[in-house]
Amino acid sequence: MLDLYILLIFIIVAAAIAVETKDLLSSVIALGATGLGLSLTFLVLKAPDVAITQLIVEILSLIILIRATMKEDLPFSTSGRWLVNTVITVCFIFVFIFTAVKCFKELPQFGYPTIKTSSAYLKEGLKDTGATNLVSAVILDFRAYDTLGEAAVLFTAVIGVLTILRRKGRKNEETGLDNE
Amino acid sequence: MNNEKDKGMSLIVKTVTRLTAGPIFLYGIYILSHGHVSPGGGFVGGVIIALAFIQLMLAYGKESAFKKLPRAAASFIENLGALMFLALAGLGFTGGYFLLNFIGKGEPFRLFSAGIMPLYNIAIGVKVGAGLFAIFIALILLRINREDDR
Repeated sequence: MLDLYILLIFIIVAAAIAVETKDLLSSVIALGATGLGLSLTFLVLKAPDVAITQLIVEILSLIILIRATMKEDLPFSTSGRWLVNTVITVCFIFVFIFTAVKCFKELPQFGYPTIKTSSAYLKEGLKDTGATNLVSAVILDFRAYDTLGEAAVLFTAVIGVLTILRRKGRKNEETGLDNE
Repeated sequence: MNNEKDKGMSLIVKTVTRLTAGPIFLYGIYILSHGHVSPGGGFVGGVIIALAFIQLMLAYGKESAFKKLPRAAASFIENLGALMFLALAGLGFTGGYFLLNFIGKGEPFRLFSAGIMPLYNIAIGVKVGAGLFAIFIALILLRINREDDR
């Protein structure tokens, strides 16, 4: 349990650095440290599937972000109504902490879920599907509709990115010029 | 030849890439094909395969990577993966209903077990790998174009 708390503190510190630092590249690298801490947390909680996915996707997004922010310097504005902003922020922090303390009392104990569906999967999974990796058994057999939907989401995302970022705009039909 | 050497990163990066890109690709295929036996699966394996191509592209420049996997081919393979998943799901109608696991279960812990799951994993992996590579290409080409404009 102690290693989990250490990892959580590490994640929070890295996230705070990622938000607060002025240099964009340092911020991206701190974000990568956050993701590494999160994947280690998944590993500590005995979810190797999620840990592998988190690590790999984190590497990919880190490469893309570094590639995208290398030569950019985005304007960062801190001037303006700082008093109002600070008061609103502090109010929201107190509201969230108050609500969280109220809600976390109602939650079941760590590792003892109230929904019992998973125990049925654990008992019947190997017999019903023949897969020894239960996560695969759930996402590809019991809940394959979700995976189909997820594949459709990714398909739509790729189409959208390729459409928005294509090299040449469609030619304007009336004038015949490039509609950049 | 000299002109070709100028593209991409330094000699150290290129040598390391030449040694590691193949093993990374192979590891992706391993994760992909053993998704139903050990941790991993289609999504993770696909991302690792895409990372192998992305490493090639970062180290050797975009022409060299396009020689291995052209942009149109990436889009085509992505669509092929999606259609493969849908076709496998539709084949379930032979046994009664959509997404049915219609192949025999086999022995646990074997590579050829769990019926249709390895095929689903391959379809998802192909789809995710090609799709993420296509997104990466689109972002990189946008940056190159914008630098040309300046």
